Amino acid sequence: MSGIYNDPIGHWVVVVVAIAILLFVVLTATAYTVWFERVALGHIQRRPGPNRVGPWGLMQLAADGVKLAFKESFVPAKTERTLFVVAPCIAVAAAFLAWAVIPIGLWYNVQYWIADINVGVLLVFALSSLNVYAIVIGGWASNNKYSLLGGLRSAAQLISYEMALGLALVPTFMIVGSLRLRDIVEYTVTWGPYHGPIPLILLTPIGFVIYLIAAVAETNRAPFDLPEAEQELIGGFLTEYSGLKFVMYYLAEYVNMITVSALAALLFFGGWYLWFVPPVLAFLLKIVLFLFLYIWLRGTFPRLRYDMLMRLGWKVLLPLAIVNVIVTGTILVASQG
Amino acid sequence: MLESYVPLLIFVLIVLGLVGALVTLSFVLGPSRPSKRKMAPYESGIIPDTPAQRRISVRFYLTAMLFIIFDVEAIFFYPWAVLLRQLKWFGLIEMLVFMGILGIALAHIWRKGGLDWE
Repeated sequence: MSGIYNDPIGHWVVVVVAIAILLFVVLTATAYTVWFERVALGHIQRRPGPNRVGPWGLMQLAADGVKLAFKESFVPAKTERTLFVVAPCIAVAAAFLAWAVIPIGLWYNVQYWIADINVGVLLVFALSSLNVYAIVIGGWASNNKYSLLGGLRSAAQLISYEMALGLALVPTFMIVGSLRLRDIVEYTVTWGPYHGPIPLILLTPIGFVIYLIAAVAETNRAPFDLPEAEQELIGGFLTEYSGLKFVMYYLAEYVNMITVSALAALLFFGGWYLWFVPPVLAFLLKIVLFLFLYIWLRGTFPRLRYDMLMRLGWKVLLPLAIVNVIVTGTILVASQG
Repeated sequence: MLESYVPLLIFVLIVLGLVGALVTLSFVLGPSRPSKRKMAPYESGIIPDTPAQRRISVRFYLTAMLFIIFDVEAIFFYPWAVLLRQLKWFGLIEMLVFMGILGIALAHIWRKGGLDWE
């Protein structure tokens, strides 16, 4: 294996194959996230959820996908045709590209990542910001009042929570001293007799809480799913989309959910480290637990009113994040002497 | 250093290919039976009588402007956070001055009602 890897051409073959595998895994994981969500929501609401197509309804998403692919995917009249088609592309591309820098722990001391760049987290943020464009362009190009309002609401919501999200992670970077996700996972401490990786949530609990809230808002999930509040805006920016272009937006949303869960596991819960559990399983388990938390929130909380949402972002989370940065920085420098 | 971005470039190309394939399939696979009603904007069955692009609340504009101010600030935090252990007290106090100025700005916006949605 290492022979191929050191070969100048073989190296790129490995990279391309790894990218193909990664895309396949993420796409499959997305489909089963939807299945998981529908089953979990079903059980929260005391109904079985999808259970007809295949064993335990596992083939439901394949059936839905095929059905949606063969639906008419038209571009309504008077829309900005190019932008209308490009917008879902931006969403999907940005969602997948974030996975380039997420390291996946396969086994002890064996990790794989597509690109090991030293500003990994920054790249994820940059790509997640592109999501704003996808939604606001899609909403604007649709030539529909609901779409336009949904897109605008979403833009304002995403940018408001992006700052809290960005600032919530600053204490983590201060403690670790790196933006590379691998370094953050492998951050080790010596605490009495213990020497090894620790979940950083112990050191930045407030940062985690802010991250959690802001991440739910960033992915447009309930209780922050204002952009597509059905009772007010029909489908929000999605109103005019149909067929595979509709699927693309949903694909992007669920990929983003998985990305955010993976990031939470990497940044706050020690990534692939979990006692004696094999690294791959530990990483997977943490992601699934986060996804379940997302679904649980959706099944439990009513949607926020828009002014409450903006108030929470600007008047609670942002000041809290700034204070968190100041306090953590002061403690860090003081303890260092 | 820079070659660590090459796999990212390959990834970008592959993802763009995938996205292109999805969009092409969306036009190829499904039927195409346009009609006047189907092509009209869907507004809960009410026939749209005004154009969709209309004047919007100035609040959105203000939010976007505040975002630019504070997000640029957040970017300044990143390199500082990574190097804090080396910068020690000097770096911390410098940053506290910077944050103080921004804090005054935030307090001013807050008092002027710039953060309220009514």
